[in-house]
Parts: sequence; C-alpha cells; structure tokens
Amino acid sequence: MKPNSLIITAGLLVWSALLLSAASVAATKATDSGAKSAAGSVTDYVAPRLPGSKLPDLNGIWQALNEANYDIERHLARHSMALRDGPHGPLPAVATLRLGAVGAVPPGLGVVQGGPLPYTPEGLARKLENQRDWLDRDPEIKCYLPGVPRATYMPHPFQLFHSDSAILFAYQYAGAVRDIHLTDPGPAPVDAWMGQSVGSWDGDTLVIEVTAQNDQTWFDRSGNHHSDQLRVVERYTRTGPDHLHYEATIEDPATFTRPWTISMPLYRRMEPDARLLDFRCVEFVEELMFGEWRRQPLTR
Amino acid sequence: MPKPLISLFSPLAAVGPTAVLILLAALSVPPVMADPSAPRTAWGHPDISGMYNVATLTPLQRPAEFGDTLFLTPEQAEVIQARERAALAAGAQPSDPNRAAPPAGGDGSGGAAGNVGGYNTFWIDRGDGAVLIDGKFRTSIVTDPANGRLPAMTPAGLQAAMARRSAFRENTGEAWWLGMDGPGPYDDPELRPLAERCLLGFGSTSGPPMLPVLYNNLKRIVQTPDHVVIVIEMNHDARVVRLHGEHAPADMRFLMGDSIGWWDGDTLVVDTTNFTRESGLFGATENLHVMERFRRLDPQTLLYSFTVNDPTVWTTPWSGEYAWPATDEQMFEYACHEGNYALGNILRGARLLEADAGQAPAKGER
Repeated sequence: MKPNSLIITAGLLVWSALLLSAASVAATKATDSGAKSAAGSVTDYVAPRLPGSKLPDLNGIWQALNEANYDIERHLARHSMALRDGPHGPLPAVATLRLGAVGAVPPGLGVVQGGPLPYTPEGLARKLENQRDWLDRDPEIKCYLPGVPRATYMPHPFQLFHSDSAILFAYQYAGAVRDIHLTDPGPAPVDAWMGQSVGSWDGDTLVIEVTAQNDQTWFDRSGNHHSDQLRVVERYTRTGPDHLHYEATIEDPATFTRPWTISMPLYRRMEPDARLLDFRCVEFVEELMFGEWRRQPLTR
Repeated sequence: MPKPLISLFSPLAAVGPTAVLILLAALSVPPVMADPSAPRTAWGHPDISGMYNVATLTPLQRPAEFGDTLFLTPEQAEVIQARERAALAAGAQPSDPNRAAPPAGGDGSGGAAGNVGGYNTFWIDRGDGAVLIDGKFRTSIVTDPANGRLPAMTPAGLQAAMARRSAFRENTGEAWWLGMDGPGPYDDPELRPLAERCLLGFGSTSGPPMLPVLYNNLKRIVQTPDHVVIVIEMNHDARVVRLHGEHAPADMRFLMGDSIGWWDGDTLVVDTTNFTRESGLFGATENLHVMERFRRLDPQTLLYSFTVNDPTVWTTPWSGEYAWPATDEQMFEYACHEGNYALGNILRGARLLEADAGQAPAKGER
C-alpha cells in the first residue's frame, strides 16, 4: 500500500468510527443545548465583575488541556504525525523515528461539534496532501504565527488582558498578540497571520469576529487548513472561577461546504507565580531553516 | 537622504569621548502627587492606556554642537524640522521606473536606500518633529549625563563595542573576514544581530529602554488591575509588567527582561532585570537594570523617562526622556520571521563571497 492510500484509509476508518458513534455525538449535542439557557449562555455561573465595571472579568492566564493541536477531529492514538508504510501497518516516518513514544500522537475526543469536517472535495484532497507532507508544510514546524483559532489550543498558555476600553491577547507560542478592536475599523487593508479582530459583548460572553487572516495557517498538525476567505466567530464565557468556555464557528466557503463549530473548556493556570515565559521559537528553527548556509554546516 | 539621519541614531556613536562623570541625579521631572482630575481607569488607577507613535527627529545622543544645552530655541527647531521635512519629501519621491540596474557590487552609496538600488523612502517613518516637552524642543533624549551623550564605557564595554564596530562595514563585495582570528560575523545565524534574526525589533524599539527607531514606532498600552502591557509594533512583542510582583529567580532570563511595576502617585514605575546575554539595548549585557517611568502630561501625551544601569558596560548609569504622543493610527501585524528571506540570503551571500575569494566551502563535521 502506498503512503497516500494508507493515510486515506486511516482517515476513512476514523470517519467510520465517527459515524458509528453518531448516537453519542447526538447525546453530546443534547447535553450542550441542555446547558444553554434561553439567552444562549452556556452557564448559569455569574462571573465576578471587572472592578468598577459591569463587564465580567476574563483577565487571566488560560490554556487548553486537550489534543486539538494534534488533530481537532476525534482520533485514535497513532505512531507519529508523519507515517510510512510498515509490513503490518503504519510506522513512524524516518524523520521522526528516533523520537519513539515522544513522537507518538495522543488520542483525542476531538473538539469539532457534529462529525467530520465538511470539506469540499478539493479541500479534503488538500488536507490529505498536507498530512502526507506534514514535515514540510505545517507552519508550526517553522515557528510561524498560529492564526485563529489554533492560537487558543496550542500547548502553551495565553494571557487575556482587558478593561472596559481594551482587549488584548498575548500568546506564549511565538509571542503572538491580538489587539481586539472594540469599534469595527472596516475591512482590513491587508491580510495578516493573526487576522483582524473585532470584539463585542453578548451579555457576559465576549464575542470576537476574526477576518483578514491569510491562507498560510492551519487548524492543527493534521493538515486541516483554510483559505483567505476564513471568517471565525469566537465566544469566550466564564463558566466558573477558573474556567472559560471557548467556542469558535468557522466559515470558509472556498474550503468547506457549511460553517462548523469547535468548542472546549479553557483552564486558568493556577500556579501562584503563573506567567507567560519566553517561547521565541524562531531561534529553535534557525538550524532547520538556515543551517545549510553556515560557513561550516553541521552534519545532518 | 537617510544616511545622515541614521547616523544620528548609530549605536556606534556610543563610543564617544569620555564624558564628565556626574552622580546619578533624580530624573529631571520631579514626582508629582496624584492629580484628582487626571483620567482614571474604572478601578481607579491613573489611565495611561492608548496607542502612541514615538517617532521623533530628536536623536538619542545630543549632537556635539549643542553642548550642554538640552533645549532647542524655537528658531533652531524650525530650521531642523524644515530641513528634515524637505529631506523626507525628497526621499519619498517616486523611483524612476526607467532607471538602469545598479552596477555589479553596488553604486557605492550608503544608507537604507543606497548601494544596490533600493526604492524610495516611503517605508521610513521616523517622524517629522523634535521632542516637545512642556513647550520646549529637546536636543537629545539623553538628559543625564548633562552633555546628552552616553557616559564613558568600561574597558570591557569598550572592547566589545570596538569588536562590533569592526564587523559593521559597507559591503565591498569582498569576504574581508577571511583570515580574521575567530569566527567571522557571517559564519552562523547565531552571530547575526537579534533584529536580523527576527528575535526583536532593531534599535531598542522593544527595549527596555524603548527608543524611537527608523520605522514602525507604535506602542500600545493596555491596563488591567494587575498588569500593564506594552505591545511593541516591531515585532509584535508584548511587554507584560506585573504590578506589585516580585522579580523572577535569577536563573530565569528574558529577552526583554522581567518587568515589575507600581504606581508612584500618577506615575507608573517599571523595574526590569533578568535580561539575557544580549537584549534590545545594543551593547548591554545580562547585568542590565532599567528603571522606567510613565506619566501623563496632557490628554494627548505621555512622558516616558528611563535610567539605564549596566556597570559591565558603562561607568555610570545614564538617563533619558521623551514624549509619547497619542495617535489614532492602527497597529498592523509586523510578521518578521514569516517573511525573513534576508537572514538566509545574508549567509548565502557570505558563502558566495568566500567562494569568490577561492575559499572552498567547509565540509560538515564539527
């Protein structure tokens, strides 16, 4: 079996599993809607107010605790993000072999609501190509800015700073930042890796519309991708003293046949000295990207 | 043309004549008590939030012609501003679409638009006015020492500065570093300046101290009850100041240092230590300690003051201040690394020059 067909087969197997478990998906959805009040809130919890303000206080250092950055869809554990054919099934590609269990992919329940991603046929073909060429294509490998929503569930904390007049996200991964407009400045004059964000409050939920992202970022390490027509609507709601509910609806008519939604809890980093640290991964990819131009290249 | 403008900011100018040593004075603006009419955040802190464009024609170090004079006369300011505005307008003229290719190896001109046929200077944005504080134009950002120039360097600081100066040369089309002792400046990416590697913006735009540079001078300040964040446009760096925090343990190091802050009346005081071996401030070491003060002068202006102390490099601390005017400009994404074709090409260019000099590429293994 060629690697292409292997990956496609693996993909179909996962999809079959998703179909077989349609009942449990439906049950999950029922639970979700059951938790939503008539006002559309995901919680009855009333968050403390930002001092001196009527707004809920969302300030803090938050982090996802899931496997979405490996694959936003439901998936079983696998040998590696980069696979090759083995005599009895897939094995790690040579480039990742020496990582052993460290390079294996942890299983995940997925963060996508309601089944397989609704790719167009071309979109799906591109996703499978991306998966096959993961080492060459994943922007995370080159330390590129992550885009939205991937920034939210990178395996790094982010810090949300807000007052009644400003909302700012600082992400530990690659030092990405998003300054959220509270007044819509109109269409962005140019696309950006992190796009243009416009925020508003829907009751106690922070709603952010993200447009003008370029087509270079991905949703995960599994090659799930989008075009520059991507529009993301994020919703952040406090559901407890140390939890946020995160939801993002993705629209991209050039890649998907209909909008789809991801959701997940975000957790407050509880360490008393919790803070963002430097993860300036640029310097960690210099050997990969520029090492061949050293005066004395290292053996590879 | 840009070259003389850039030279005003050249970090090499730091290697100046020995300055008169004076004891560190308090910052030239005395602390003020809380002003009840000053704008406040919802939770009662002085409100210094907003978007600021810190571009200015006033150089970090005072040109020698002004001696110990901190202020320009209005007439002097007008002459300088008119000259600079004319130069900016001339530099921003559209390039001639029919111009010939530059000669091989460059045309010998220097500066940001020179040598190999750069375009016009539309991308340069260093402001068109001198720093104006309390109605007076400044001759330099540095206020202490009194001559507006950085203090004398220590022997170790001087030696490091000379080494850097020696590696900073016009491109003559020759691999001049061959035959040097030790590694050449283009041998490895790690030997290039932090800005070329997209690890920080250049010229201490991120600091601290945060200094004005040739372009992309926006700063965004956001406040919460527990933090003040300063986003530096180049390269999308967020300086997170923890209010009433304690410094990280000494083994925790940060490219922009570890910043803690507190309110002193209406002034935000920020104390930054725990720097890496190199940081935004050219020439400074991991022993750098920076104190900064932010105070609102009027609804449209912050006064930004700082004191730099790195006893391994400078024989005394030095201080400066300049105005941060608010702006309604938007900050766009400065994605440096994602478009960094330059670093690879700088290294490749050096390999080509070495090959021209008959030096075969070194073989792997080390």
